[in-house]
Amino acid sequence: MTATHFVGDTAVLTGRSLRHVSRSMDTIITTAVTPIAMMLLFVYVLGGAINSGSDNYVTYLLPGILIITIASGISYTAYRLFLDMQGGIFERFHSMPIARSSVLWAHVLTSVVANLISIVVVVLVALLMGFRSGAGVLAWLGVAGILVLFTLALTWFAVIPGLTATSIDGATAFSYPLIFLPFISSAFVPTETMPGPVRWFAENQPVTSIVNAVRDLLAQRPVGTDLWLALAWCGGILVLAFVLAMATYRRRLSA
Amino acid sequence: MTATQLQAPAIRVQGLKKSYKDLRVLNGVDFDVAGGSIFALLGSNGAGKTTVVRILSTLITSDGGTAEVSGLDVATRPGEVREAISLTGQFAAVDEILTGRENLVLVAQLRHLPEPGAIADALLARFALTEAGTRKVSTYSGGMRRRLDIAMSLIGNPPVVFLDEPTTGLDPQGRLEVWAAVRELASQGTTVLLTTQYLDEAEQLADRIAILHDGRILVNGTLAELKKLLPPATVEYVEKQPTLEDVFLSLVGKGEDADAARSAASAATPKEKS
Repeated sequence: MTATHFVGDTAVLTGRSLRHVSRSMDTIITTAVTPIAMMLLFVYVLGGAINSGSDNYVTYLLPGILIITIASGISYTAYRLFLDMQGGIFERFHSMPIARSSVLWAHVLTSVVANLISIVVVVLVALLMGFRSGAGVLAWLGVAGILVLFTLALTWFAVIPGLTATSIDGATAFSYPLIFLPFISSAFVPTETMPGPVRWFAENQPVTSIVNAVRDLLAQRPVGTDLWLALAWCGGILVLAFVLAMATYRRRLSA
Repeated sequence: MTATQLQAPAIRVQGLKKSYKDLRVLNGVDFDVAGGSIFALLGSNGAGKTTVVRILSTLITSDGGTAEVSGLDVATRPGEVREAISLTGQFAAVDEILTGRENLVLVAQLRHLPEPGAIADALLARFALTEAGTRKVSTYSGGMRRRLDIAMSLIGNPPVVFLDEPTTGLDPQGRLEVWAAVRELASQGTTVLLTTQYLDEAEQLADRIAILHDGRILVNGTLAELKKLLPPATVEYVEKQPTLEDVFLSLVGKGEDADAARSAASAATPKEKS
């Protein structure tokens, strides 16, 4: 019975939370400001002293900055979910004849849209700062695909604190470590200069493979195993986060 | 009245039990609510009123006993029950960022009704919210929010409406507005189950009142029946004084009476300094 309503209900509820986003454009600006500030800092202050092995540091840096953008953007999903839980509107939805999972999917899809807008803003600023890429439509679609998958994975992860947190700060604090993960990766500097254990971590954590895959796509280099590693990481996190989030949701529903 | 009493009850609760860990919240609750009537579940904070409403509105499951709404068991046919009910929770469950009209359209769309815009406009008019309809709900007063909340509950004309403490936290003006909305609801044949901790609210609105205490229904009857439980009142002659509520409402209300009351008040208030 509910399956037939799932698409329609999700569309209606996604429209609702997209209105929330469009009525507080500051959330998109805030999401974009920190990565842009980091990009300015790394390009114009630290960049001169960093040997990235490429002649255009903005171009080298952008993939990592995009990861940071997404990592900070998804915390708004936890924030909006938390407010829905607190306000009682979740209970209203749940007492109505709708497909219940569409309540969560709406928040997740909204996160994808909002993050894509932030990403476009950051890319435009990077273009002003000298970012250049000769990548074709297909390569750009590949980049968008990886970033959307990464956003989906992290957003389902963000659903968990959004459902369980007891305060706004608690709902959003989880994203801070995520924002710092790119620093210990190939996002800012090549991993070759790092000492043993750090280098091992940097080369084996998801951000490095995602950054490398995006970087290769944008530079029109052949993408090797990094692409498959990146997809495996994103897919793995997505499945795990989705299962945990749905379990949390069911537990919260019956509480 | 006789016709509605002959019908099967709109809500039937039998032996309902619910515990949270070691805490027994409901310990065998029984009551029936006749179709088209207003039934008040009265009790102090923590008596379990909200738990009853949450079970009846399929948000949680009971540990024992049965609960039926419109003849449908809430445990085995929750999907159909949700078609037949609407819930107005303890805190106005409205979307603050949307406008009043958008809130109504949202619910109409989620109930899969045709012409959600027209439904929204009709309800805005019915609850005197037409002017406020295009404003964000975050700018509404408590009474307006509750009215919107109740208006949202009416979309799709569910035969049974649950109102969980509909006037908690409202000023006297807002309370009267909500009472009017509840009466309006019942006059259209909707069955209303409301919970309240205010005795006068139950007295004002309800056809039947049940007192929930320590997880059980202590008494259940009409106001007259409940009053008979105590020894008959002795007749005393007391000079009729206006209550503070009368004074407050006539001062802050609108219309000629209020204007007169205000000018009387300013004339009577001693001036501090000439």
